[in-house]
Amino acid sequence: MLGALLSLVASSYLLDPAQASDLFRDSRQQMIRLIEADVRDTSHYLKRSSLDTRVLDAMARVPRHEFVPPEMVDRAYQNRPLPIGHGQTISQPYIVAIMTDLLDTEPDQRILEIGTGSGYQAAILAEIGTRVWSIEIIPALGKQAQTRLQRLGYDRVEVRLGDGYYGWPENAPFDAIIVTAAASHIPPPLLQQLKPGGRMIIPVGSRFSTQQLVLITRNENDEFITRQVLPVRFVPLTGEH
Amino acid sequence: MTLNAQPRFSIALISAAVLGYEILLMALFSLIQWHHFAYMVVSVALLGFGVSGSFLVLTRAVFENNFRNFAVIQACLFGLSSLLCYALAQRLSFNPEELIWDSNHWLRLALVILLLTLPFFFAANLIGLALIRFKYSLARIYAADLFGAGIGAVGIIAILFLVPPATALRLVSFLGFAAAAVLWIECRGGWREAIIGLPIVMLCLYSLPGTWTEPIISPYKSLSQLLRVPGTRVIAERFSPLGMINVVESRTTPLRHAPGLSLNSRIEPPEQLGLFINGDGLTAITRYPDDLSSLAYLDYLTSALPYHLQGPGRVLVLGAGGGAGVLQALYHNAERIDAVEINPQVAELVRVRLGEFSGGIFDHARVNLQITEARGFLQRTTSRYDLIQFPVLDSLAGAAGGVHGLNENYLYTVAALREALKRLDDEGYVALTNGIQLPPRDSLKLFASAIAALKELGADNIERRLALIRGWQTSTLLIKNGEIGSADIKAIKDFCKRRSFDLAYYPGMPGHEANHYNQLETSYFYDGTRALLGQQRDQFLHEYKFNLEPATDDRPFHSHFLKWSSLSELTSLRHRGGGALLETGYLTLAITLLLAVLFSMLLILLPLAFIRRETAQTVSFTSSFKVLSYFFALGLGFLFMEIAFLQKFILLLHHPIYAASVVLASFLVSAGAGSAYSQRFAGQLRSKRVNAKAVAVIIAIGLLYLVLLEPLMQVAGSWQLGLRILLSIALIAPLGFCMGVPFPLGLSSLASGPPSLTAWAWGINGCASVISAILATLLAIHFGFNAVILLALVCYFAAASSFPELTSD
Repeated sequence: MLGALLSLVASSYLLDPAQASDLFRDSRQQMIRLIEADVRDTSHYLKRSSLDTRVLDAMARVPRHEFVPPEMVDRAYQNRPLPIGHGQTISQPYIVAIMTDLLDTEPDQRILEIGTGSGYQAAILAEIGTRVWSIEIIPALGKQAQTRLQRLGYDRVEVRLGDGYYGWPENAPFDAIIVTAAASHIPPPLLQQLKPGGRMIIPVGSRFSTQQLVLITRNENDEFITRQVLPVRFVPLTGEH
Repeated sequence: MTLNAQPRFSIALISAAVLGYEILLMALFSLIQWHHFAYMVVSVALLGFGVSGSFLVLTRAVFENNFRNFAVIQACLFGLSSLLCYALAQRLSFNPEELIWDSNHWLRLALVILLLTLPFFFAANLIGLALIRFKYSLARIYAADLFGAGIGAVGIIAILFLVPPATALRLVSFLGFAAAAVLWIECRGGWREAIIGLPIVMLCLYSLPGTWTEPIISPYKSLSQLLRVPGTRVIAERFSPLGMINVVESRTTPLRHAPGLSLNSRIEPPEQLGLFINGDGLTAITRYPDDLSSLAYLDYLTSALPYHLQGPGRVLVLGAGGGAGVLQALYHNAERIDAVEINPQVAELVRVRLGEFSGGIFDHARVNLQITEARGFLQRTTSRYDLIQFPVLDSLAGAAGGVHGLNENYLYTVAALREALKRLDDEGYVALTNGIQLPPRDSLKLFASAIAALKELGADNIERRLALIRGWQTSTLLIKNGEIGSADIKAIKDFCKRRSFDLAYYPGMPGHEANHYNQLETSYFYDGTRALLGQQRDQFLHEYKFNLEPATDDRPFHSHFLKWSSLSELTSLRHRGGGALLETGYLTLAITLLLAVLFSMLLILLPLAFIRRETAQTVSFTSSFKVLSYFFALGLGFLFMEIAFLQKFILLLHHPIYAASVVLASFLVSAGAGSAYSQRFAGQLRSKRVNAKAVAVIIAIGLLYLVLLEPLMQVAGSWQLGLRILLSIALIAPLGFCMGVPFPLGLSSLASGPPSLTAWAWGINGCASVISAILATLLAIHFGFNAVILLALVCYFAAASSFPELTSD
């Protein structure tokens, strides 16, 4: 009941965003605790027992309820993917957290995002201090995200509508690229826009269930090395062979 | 109305409509959702038959004396609800993928099932009450029911070749009303009402808005996703019982489909069109370029490896689809390419409708296209090949959801690989490419299957005949008809190095060469292949948390990987990134069985209390128990047999559609004949003896087939289709005839008792049939279809042992 009331208040914008955001502070903290627990559980695969505090701080600040449709506001801080219309979803916070962490970015680095979606991932990256160029192919989603990010003051994010295959050459090279839109393969032009030492991350799976994360690094020899990360602690074999 | 006016035509009509509706719902829900979900919904909805049994136990006294009006209303309600309930159900915005996240979707699922139960409930009321009302000639009524169902099975498949599923739905709905009209006439209600009523109904159905019945495809299917992109449109659409085909053009944003493309490739694929079957599983039709060098990206896929191991020779591409495999072979200058495609509509689209775009690749001088099923082709062909390319296993799209676990596939069994290896020339290769799952499943299971096939062929030095490579998206397994030598190994290494693909296995491969470009936590693929070839194979298979046992023709479920022992661990991880590891297809089936058993218990036991109150004086507890066990065993046995044969005969008829039509129609029509024949013994003292004889013949034939069927199919596999169909009918008809006898004889023996018993028996049989259909698949996954046949025989034996003879306490 309280959740429903809060969502009504927040979604109808009776309060200004800052005030509404405060109402959800506890929910956000709870979400962070869930993420931390999941990360501890998957530390074996992630090769780290905790995430970069900057990532968690960013996630504790970004108002996820602003990035979901009004009828989903009461579920905004659950650690689960949510539908945002147009057959798209806002990713599970745990997956957003580990993807951001795996990108290993520094403030003022340049990030390219293919598939803006709700804009939540871009907001997290901006909150860390990076500059984000984001491309969305579905016009309605892209325009919504653009407006939302502007309204929330994320002026370090630039959104463009169109095809992400050729990346954003005017602003290349990038320190990191994140490809959240489904692709049958990694577009060669995107790889060329990655700086040596840069990282690219691609979640693989369905909209509601990430199967694996593919992390691509361009090394100093100009080779591309991929690392396939399972977002879950699951050892297929227990015996010795 | 007189007692002699039996509504046999109308019963046949409504049965045809019900079976047609069932198959149609499967087709429609496979299109708007996914196949496994369609299976679940339709299976549970068939419990409408069980609900009808309970309903009739409680209410038949009211309706029995007003049979005509009641029956006409039920037929009309079937006609109405078959259309309306589907229209409502597909608007409930249910998403199977959200079941692990959101309990609301369980409620929506329940509503979908409830809605779809209604049409089956109404039809079952009509048939059930007819069996009660005409209890002294019920064998003829039941025969009409089976005949109708047989015709419905063939009819709907034929109709789906002619009209889209949405139109077929209106036809099925109309058939319900037509059954009502015929029933009205048969039961002396007069011609006038029927003649006036039917055209009005037809007009109403015709004028219903198209949006009511047009399939609303899930927004999460690939087709819906692509159509969101500006500038995309469907340029061709085809439908058949094999599914809906859509071809999509994307003008603004070019489609570029090249799964598994090496990161080292700098080449963008030429213009492409998207080809979808049932709104999913995107493949591409590529514009045939003037200059073949623009197809060089096809050389940067793992599947290109075999072309680097031997010169251009004779290639067999199984599953030609949009033509990617053929293009790849043409690009590599193959001398002769035989391509096999099961779906004639796909071939027609690539060849004719989009012939200019595709460059008529299927009519290329070096290409020979065969429209047939791949396994059957391997069995029949006498040609020899240097390379046999299997179709890319569609786990790229389905891996995350594990939605293919239930799909029988006779192309990835040990026997199929054996057949393929026998078609290779000396030094030739079989190549199998699949989407990579983590932890590895498909790739290692194929590797295990290849080892088993080579063993069965008596090959020596098996470890020297295999090679496995992987990119980040796909892996390709090569099986050589000969030993992989040092020149081959050098070529494999060069191929992988240039493309940053990883070596997973080649003869004598040292461990340090694994896991270099596409790094995994450990060398899963290298370790797995070594274990499968080594002494610890059995231990490895036992301890691996997924099922990697090779698929066989008796258990053709290559994509079933779930082990019950891993289930609790996987379930606990579902919210922490582990959802993709759960095999939703298989779990859906298990949940469906659970639901069916629970509801069946309720539907069988609740009316029992009423029956005991009504019949305690006339029917003993033992008799009630016999009724329960007899009709339950029959329900299980009939469907076990039917489903197992439906699968078995795919191997003889080489096509799932032919198998479904021939097997269903043969079983149902011959069982109808058996039922009609049994009328002469109905209610007689010797009926128990006749029943026992029929069951003895069923068991004898069943056991004989368990031994003879496989070798017979091997021999007959290369016969002409017409002969193979005739052989199938000849094999099934005697069995079906005998299987049509026990149900009406059992019901007739209840005729002297209270009518509620007949209604109860009807419901029990309905519930058992639902459980049986689901259980048969689960049993086949674990024990094989032969075990299902054996169990069917046990059920028939159990039924014969509990033939119901009414005695009072």
